[in-house]
Amino acid sequence: MDGHESARDVYRQALPVVLVSLVAGLFAGTILGSETMRSGIESVPGILLLLPAFLATRGGVYGSLGARLSTGLHQGVIEPTFELDRRLTNAIVASFINGMTVSVFIAVITYLTLFVLGGGGNLFELVGIMLVAGFLSAVLMLSVLITVIFVGYRRGLNPDNVIGPVVTTLGDVFGVFFLLVGIYVVGVIT
Amino acid sequence: MTDPLADDSPAAAGAEADVDVDADTAAGAEADVDAAVDASEAASVGTTPVEAASVETTPVDEWSIRRIVRTMIPLLAGLSVLQLVSGTVLESFEATLLRYPALLVLLPVQIGTAGNLASIMCSRLTTQLYLGTYEPRLSNPDVRANVVAVFGLAGTVFGLVGVAAWAIGVALGGTLALARVLLIALVSGMLLAVLVVTASVVAVEVSYRVGLNPDDTTIPVVTNVCDIAGVLILFAVVAAVV
Repeated sequence: MDGHESARDVYRQALPVVLVSLVAGLFAGTILGSETMRSGIESVPGILLLLPAFLATRGGVYGSLGARLSTGLHQGVIEPTFELDRRLTNAIVASFINGMTVSVFIAVITYLTLFVLGGGGNLFELVGIMLVAGFLSAVLMLSVLITVIFVGYRRGLNPDNVIGPVVTTLGDVFGVFFLLVGIYVVGVIT
Repeated sequence: MTDPLADDSPAAAGAEADVDVDADTAAGAEADVDAAVDASEAASVGTTPVEAASVETTPVDEWSIRRIVRTMIPLLAGLSVLQLVSGTVLESFEATLLRYPALLVLLPVQIGTAGNLASIMCSRLTTQLYLGTYEPRLSNPDVRANVVAVFGLAGTVFGLVGVAAWAIGVALGGTLALARVLLIALVSGMLLAVLVVTASVVAVEVSYRVGLNPDDTTIPVVTNVCDIAGVLILFAVVAAVV
């Protein structure tokens, strides 16, 4: 059945999901285009430079955590309960480490690129913003993702079908929002 | 498997594993788990210590923190460096973006939708590959259905995006005319759809020929290509129109 759907079938099935992520994308875009964010972009050199990398790694880190948990559930090696079993704890800790490490790495390569391009840029400011944004998105993404996967699985949903949209939707909206929070927090401190 | 739920939906995963091209890793991972289960059972019953000992030396712990971090970090770091390419383009358009907020609104949707269409296209092509109905020709009705659907979705979505981005842009104090925003969204969107279709077919084809499991490789590769190309295409169109 899957191999012989007409273009109309594919269109009708895919449209709702695509439209939901469209609405989420517009939210993210509205935050990005807001007055506050624009003045942030203007005052902190490098924000636009790091934006695509920051958003893309959200998907990489938490999408792979989702896929790993989903495989673990299917194989029966982890249980869909919120008890701290070793595998579950390890997967969560590893994603947290990955998320934070990559956030700092992005700040550093952004600074280096700014340096090469001849524009100014403050390494500590960029690292600070990425630490705040990376930490907040880690906390949010980890808790939402695990809840959605476990609760969904217990109700008979295949997590494989849910992770992709959840990660991209939340990752974009909250990625941009937490970036804004990071700019604000670091701006207040410095 | 111990989980009572593991019967209904997870059946799909079992079916996938059966036709897995990349039998090495899939089988390896399963063997590790089975070995671990066997070992613990054997230990608790206390019957076959020889077997238990022999399997315990082999398994690689797929769930160790160090292993997860070590595999992911190089990948994520490489990805970030690649994404700097689109970042550089964004940075060079900073003045234009700040003047016309509608373009900033457009940005996440344009990239996200391209990624969505790419993952739909890739997973459909991969499934068709396994089912044996895949053949990369326009005369093949299945491939044609995919392509027509992707273009239909792109037309619908990018049309809506254009109108929405214009309206939000106006609300945020922008001055770009509806016709321009719509033109930018539709032209860059349709170019992206062409890219999505081409990149997906090429990625599925290449990973199949090289012997990699297209389920693992195509989606990350194609979505990242579409992310980066999305920004490049969007700003090529912006540069031409604005």
